[in-house]
Amino acid sequence: MSEEAAAGFTAELRRRPTRPLRGRIGAALETVLIPVAALIVSLLLFGVFVACAGVSPIAVYRYMIEGSVGSWFSVQNTLTRAAPLLLTALCTALPAQQGLLIIGGEGAFVIGALFATMTGVALPNAPSWIVEPAMAAAGIGAGGLWIGFAGALRHWRGVNETISSLLLSYIAIAVLNQLVEGVFRDPASLNKPSSPAIADAAMIGNIPGSEVHWGLVVGVVACILAYILIRHTTLGFAARIAGGNIRAARMVGLPVGKLVLLFCFLGGAAAGLAGMIEVAAVQQRASADLITGYGYTGILVSFLARHNALAIIPVAVLIGGIGASGGLLQRHLALPDAATVVLQGIIFVVILASDALYGRLPWLTGARG
Amino acid sequence: MATGSIGLWAVPLEILGGAVRVSTPFLFVSLGECITEKSGRINLGLEGTLMMGAMTAYAASYLSGSPWLGVLAAGIVGIALGLTHGVICSLPRVNDIAVGIALMLFGVGLADDLGKPLIQPAAPQLPAIDFGWWSNVPQLRHALTVNALFLIGAALAPFLVWGFRATRWGLILRLVGESGEAARALGYRVAPVRIMATGIGGFLGGIGGSFLSLSYPGSWNERISSGQGITAVALVIFARWNPKLCFFAALLFGAAGALGPSLQAVGVHGGYYLFNAAPYFLTLLIMTITCSPKHNLIGAPAELSITK
Repeated sequence: MSEEAAAGFTAELRRRPTRPLRGRIGAALETVLIPVAALIVSLLLFGVFVACAGVSPIAVYRYMIEGSVGSWFSVQNTLTRAAPLLLTALCTALPAQQGLLIIGGEGAFVIGALFATMTGVALPNAPSWIVEPAMAAAGIGAGGLWIGFAGALRHWRGVNETISSLLLSYIAIAVLNQLVEGVFRDPASLNKPSSPAIADAAMIGNIPGSEVHWGLVVGVVACILAYILIRHTTLGFAARIAGGNIRAARMVGLPVGKLVLLFCFLGGAAAGLAGMIEVAAVQQRASADLITGYGYTGILVSFLARHNALAIIPVAVLIGGIGASGGLLQRHLALPDAATVVLQGIIFVVILASDALYGRLPWLTGARG
Repeated sequence: MATGSIGLWAVPLEILGGAVRVSTPFLFVSLGECITEKSGRINLGLEGTLMMGAMTAYAASYLSGSPWLGVLAAGIVGIALGLTHGVICSLPRVNDIAVGIALMLFGVGLADDLGKPLIQPAAPQLPAIDFGWWSNVPQLRHALTVNALFLIGAALAPFLVWGFRATRWGLILRLVGESGEAARALGYRVAPVRIMATGIGGFLGGIGGSFLSLSYPGSWNERISSGQGITAVALVIFARWNPKLCFFAALLFGAAGALGPSLQAVGVHGGYYLFNAAPYFLTLLIMTITCSPKHNLIGAPAELSITK
């Protein structure tokens, strides 16, 4: 093995827990304490922001807790909003294993939803056990190919995947608008152009005893599967090697290009599946309402979870809770619904800035210097 | 016939006039990003800066009655966002692309939030100069009515070419972008130069945003930019970090952006959304053609993370 390849493996192995116990506990504490501290700082900054708008921060915090976990209704609202975020976050987290920053989850979500709707509309009388898997396959395939295309451009043409995936989102939205106002429009939808609806029988129901749809379970399972893929399979290990040192990965003969395509496809597939669930569990038809912003919020969830697929689960619930509290803030404090997006933006910026703290808290990790 | 006496000639005329109009934000954002990237940093947050600039300019113009105060306010907000990006990226182990994404989402959300009361009122607009006074064809006169900001941007491009090449500031900026090590060895501090370059880039991005809301028939809504900032960032790569080429590339993207409205003006309504997405298709196509997986782009500042 060449020296460079060895360096790549060493870099990967260094991330595995071979340090003494105190360091290990410290490192684990670090990955929890720093994001929590960053969250608290973000909430304080948001408090200053709403105070400038003449609203009491204390009231804001109170309504945020009430609106996210204050009642069974709020909890269900939070979980319903978390469900798509679990999947759209994977759209950023999976390619991130290879050091790719994909931010086109919104496009994969929209295109997945669109193709799933088309499939559902094309099979009006088929039994649900055929329609639902067919719709899911359409959403997964369309979303996967959408982001896979960004991966292909990156691999074969060296096109920056961050820019191309975002441009693809705008194109996906244009395609959606074009179709629902053109050939795929239900003539009966007068005021708001929409596609025909899928059959009631094809809709995914709620988890028994709740108002939360099955998308939540799908999302949690997808995150667990992604974690196993990344942490416990050769493929995932190879992808992380390529993300750590791409030249080393090439030198030891890893199929870097195929890994890029696969992980981009899987990321897009997750977001496309989220789009399918949005149609099959919530909206029942395609329209401009599919531009939900879940794709963009998923980027934040993935970064907040440090691209760790298991950590996405609690983070998605947390960010879903912030979104769920938006309604109460609007109703009681007259804050615009975009206020929660401002808070998400603050969290995102502060979390990234907090990256500078890792390994710099000697009292925590026992590291010197 | 809606096109009047000149028939289908109205389409190229509309596109020409539209190219000049639509290119203005592309021009300002790309020149600003050019300065930032020359210093070795990339700011993807200019999409958010563009939105904040548009919102602030509209608000300031409405409240003060002067559109130029609006432009100035947009520039100041742009500086604030640019400096935020610059300072955070100067912290150790912080990824400038990720911070750009965060500030993009932050800027778009903040503009949406603060801009809610601005959807109704009408703000004073920037003046446009009528270069078509000699003609009596209305379409031609419309095409030759050029906004004052475009002229400023057009003058800025050759000024930047000169500045990069012939001034001490330009040399330090390029040195920092090519090799931070060499700059340090010569006694220049890298971080302040990059922070300043990002601040100036934000200033121009904010001004580009002011054009969106203050050029006839200007208004504010939360979808006013929809990707023009990120397109302009890609445009800098296409223009090989050369301000002069940025100018022509901005015109090209402006023409692509004007395609949809031009066709609509002559009564072609099919494919409206797809034609409006023409700049995104064009950007993807151009990046696919000009980028290469084999070697770095010619003219790319060596310290730039996005081309490494």
